[in-house]
Amino acid sequence: MKRRLLLVIPLLVFIGLAGLLYRGLSLDPSARDSALLARDFPAFSLSSLENPEASYDASLFKGEVTLVNVWGEWCPTCKQEMPQLLDLADRGVRLVGVDYKDSREKGRAFLEEFGNPFEVNLFDPEGELGFELGVYGAPETFLVDANGVIRYHHTGYITPEDVTETIMPEVRKWQ
Amino acid sequence: MAIRRLGLPAFSRHGTATLRVSLLFSVLFSVLFSVLLSLTLSLLAGLAANQAQAAVEVRDFDSPVTAERYRSLTDGLRCPKCENQAIGDSDSPVAKDMRERVATLLREGRSDREIQDFMVARFGDYVLYNPRLEDRTLLLWGLPAALVLLGGVLVALIVRRRRRASARALSAEERARLDALINRHSDASGDH
Repeated sequence: MKRRLLLVIPLLVFIGLAGLLYRGLSLDPSARDSALLARDFPAFSLSSLENPEASYDASLFKGEVTLVNVWGEWCPTCKQEMPQLLDLADRGVRLVGVDYKDSREKGRAFLEEFGNPFEVNLFDPEGELGFELGVYGAPETFLVDANGVIRYHHTGYITPEDVTETIMPEVRKWQ
Repeated sequence: MAIRRLGLPAFSRHGTATLRVSLLFSVLFSVLFSVLLSLTLSLLAGLAANQAQAAVEVRDFDSPVTAERYRSLTDGLRCPKCENQAIGDSDSPVAKDMRERVATLLREGRSDREIQDFMVARFGDYVLYNPRLEDRTLLLWGLPAALVLLGGVLVALIVRRRRRASARALSAEERARLDALINRHSDASGDH
């Protein structure tokens, strides 16, 4: 009888492995946490899209919870995402844009066409700040708390459901 | 009784020969097949690598050692955008930026470890094709070794038990039955 029970072990191992691999099938391989979570927003010194003379650094994020959205005129998903960002601004969230690998003319035209929910748009033509943030494709969105620490990261398109189901709860959590 | 429990298939001489020939053929065939398959695959991979190399910019370093370090670093860092390509053979813009940064850091005289740390700090552990041995990766590195060890222990235990079982002498009753069986067999063959 004991020997019979031993024979069940390979079956159990198989079932366990099959379950594990089956779960793996439905996981998103591109979903992973940003390396910057719980770390200070990286240091930078950039002008704004609106004003080439202005100079901003990471002190921009002190004192208020801010949603930082990395976008570019060349990025089609960013255009689709704008209504959700405008909605977030309407809900009272402070938004700062990073115009990533773009030209001033195109960036400004983008905001004119699709609206401007951002308090400031940092102008990052070489993608310097984007690299420091570990951005590998716009749009990407970071939530920065009042102490300038990155608390949440969203890769890719923000759906209208994401606004109510993930982004707003995260904003409230850190406010 | 004991002999029947062994359950060995009793082949006739003719049957064993057929079995041998068919075994030989299947082994030969599978070897040939795998050789052909691996040749084709490596040829295809070589073509793909050549194409990818063509898309990647040429860089000059002051020493062949640095050039080699650049090559091995860009081959060992994974492109965050394209999931299963090294930054050394990816066309994606972020891979290009990363290659540029690797070259800059190399020219500044940074060590390989520092350059990898630099990338991990921005893009996460994901970019390392070869995960580091840390507390969090103990299971990843330790599990295969532990399984091999477990397998070895199991095999050793089984072998020891079998040896003991075969070394154990037959009981008087088993001996008598065995003798009877042998005698009957020799009697039967004696009749011929």
